[in-house]
Amino acid sequence: MSLDQTIRIERWTPLSRAAILIAALVLVLLAAGPLLFSNNAIDKLTTLFIYVMLAVCWNALAGYGGLVSVGQQAFFGLGAYAAVRLADAGLSVYPALVIAAVLVAIVSLPISAFMLRLKGGEFAIGMWVVAALCHLLVNLDSLVQGETGTSLIALNAYEADTRHALTYWVALGSMTAILAILFALLRSRVGSAIQAIRDNEEAAASVGVRVMSTKRIIFVFAAFGAALAGALWLATAITFQPKTYFGVQWTAYMIFMVLVGGLGTFEGAILGAVIFFVIEAWFGASGVWYLVGLGATALVFALFLPRGLWGWLERRYDLALLPLGYRVTIGGQPPSRERTPQGGPAAPAPTGNAG
Amino acid sequence: MMIWVNQIVQGILLGGYYAVIACGLSFMFSVMRIINLAHGSLAIVAAFGLYVLADQFGFDPFGALIIVLPAMGVIGWVLQRTILERSQRGGMLVPILSTFGLSIVIDNLLFEHFGADTRSLAPYIDELSWDSWQLTDDISIGKLAAITFVTAVLILGGLQLFLTRTQLGRAIRATAEDPDTVGLIGINARRVNAAAAAIAMLTVGVAGAFLGMRATFDPYAGGPQLIFAFEAAVIGGAGSLWGTLIGGIVLGVAQSIGAQINPQGFLITGHVVFLVVLLARLHVDEIGTRFRKTMRRSA
Repeated sequence: MSLDQTIRIERWTPLSRAAILIAALVLVLLAAGPLLFSNNAIDKLTTLFIYVMLAVCWNALAGYGGLVSVGQQAFFGLGAYAAVRLADAGLSVYPALVIAAVLVAIVSLPISAFMLRLKGGEFAIGMWVVAALCHLLVNLDSLVQGETGTSLIALNAYEADTRHALTYWVALGSMTAILAILFALLRSRVGSAIQAIRDNEEAAASVGVRVMSTKRIIFVFAAFGAALAGALWLATAITFQPKTYFGVQWTAYMIFMVLVGGLGTFEGAILGAVIFFVIEAWFGASGVWYLVGLGATALVFALFLPRGLWGWLERRYDLALLPLGYRVTIGGQPPSRERTPQGGPAAPAPTGNAG
Repeated sequence: MMIWVNQIVQGILLGGYYAVIACGLSFMFSVMRIINLAHGSLAIVAAFGLYVLADQFGFDPFGALIIVLPAMGVIGWVLQRTILERSQRGGMLVPILSTFGLSIVIDNLLFEHFGADTRSLAPYIDELSWDSWQLTDDISIGKLAAITFVTAVLILGGLQLFLTRTQLGRAIRATAEDPDTVGLIGINARRVNAAAAAIAMLTVGVAGAFLGMRATFDPYAGGPQLIFAFEAAVIGGAGSLWGTLIGGIVLGVAQSIGAQINPQGFLITGHVVFLVVLLARLHVDEIGTRFRKTMRRSA
């Protein structure tokens, strides 16, 4: 290639501009959901939004931060529990859901202080211990009455139609906010820094990445998202039984969604949530075999297609609908199909926030 | 007062069981750098295997180990060659994800086959399940608990001897140090790792047997067992064999004292002590690093 060819560094491609426009349109359409669909349909969509939040937040932690946690149900359960407590204290229900998530995010700060010192499998199971402990402590609360549980009775104040619509809108708004925050976060210096840490912590530290504070941001964000999802799940399920909220099956779902959709790809987590939603609708009734299938699928994807369906599509067709990295084009042609949108060596993104 | 002494004694004995289940996890971690999240589920597989042999074929649970332990060894070998080996090549995250997926598959297959009922091997070992030596009015030592503890010591001692005195043991240690270089001196790292996984699964088989005799189990009991094994291994210092015995004892004592304080306290105290030890260890490490740095600067 000769030097007179123009070299351009760009983020947005025509395709990704179109994609974000379509995404915005879909969100606007979804916002009109309660006016168009039945209560049953909007309940289903609310569930989908919660799955998207869970998948996206777990992916932020594992796929971008390199922190595989099998204890995110700790925050899911605490989010629901905090919502029950706040509503019991007389707070209006819907604000309580969001405030509950904020409280859990605050609680996750001290947890992060020492869990983040653990690496790999130790972090994974360490988080499971935290979840088990949270479960046991919540069981001690007399309001919860152990495994008997309690319910969000304050929701009875709303008429059924209003309740379904409000929960739907809060879920849609929460999902949109989570997606927007993460998109912005991953495109910022924090995004480059966290991916540098994932790829090589020592090397990242040596070029001035603040390892601890960067990990903490992503940890607290993931905790916040899981807690918000838990509080919203409570709003749709109404009953709070600690066992169902603190169950490790939530982590199994998150891992399934992210592995199938695409670990470490922004679009992949969303795709995975949609796939999980559809599979659950088809096979959820078949009980145990459905769970065996989920586990086996996750295992096969981990071994043979670790970047999931989206990772495969992305490489095969050079797609980037919601671009996080940069791409170099030489004379109007991308130099190769080997893009590294996840902040690998080819992405000239700022690699640190050294001050 | 004597009640507390008794709780401590029972806790120490319980620690023997935790050492048995933790040593396989710790062993695999030190050799292959993998934390096997299906560890607990595989112990439950062994327990169900013994249960079927005892219930359907009238085997004595101890005698049935002659069948179950080799089977567990084969499972370990196959597990390493099919799943773990491939996972290891995929980086640090893949083994966690794949073994977690495997544990979901195992738990639910067990549930599909055996249902939600809790089972126990206690009915098949007759008076051993409740027989005990009365030391004083308040303190008695269960025979099964004593056997478990002695077995734990024997397993740890045996592993220690095996690693230091045998050809295969030395090959395992060398592979753990540097899997690439051992190829140069004629060691097949893949085969050595598979042997190590098989050995780890033998200990898991023994752990499953004692779990089944001491208490009840159900298809989803694997998760809690993994957590206990992990806690004991980390408290004792991951990768250290005799450390798992100390870790197991600390965990067991914490749990039985917690249970004496509050009926809910058994699990809570165990988890809290684990987190406190973890926090203290990180703190000590930090002080240690700072101390070494100052020493270096003054040198």
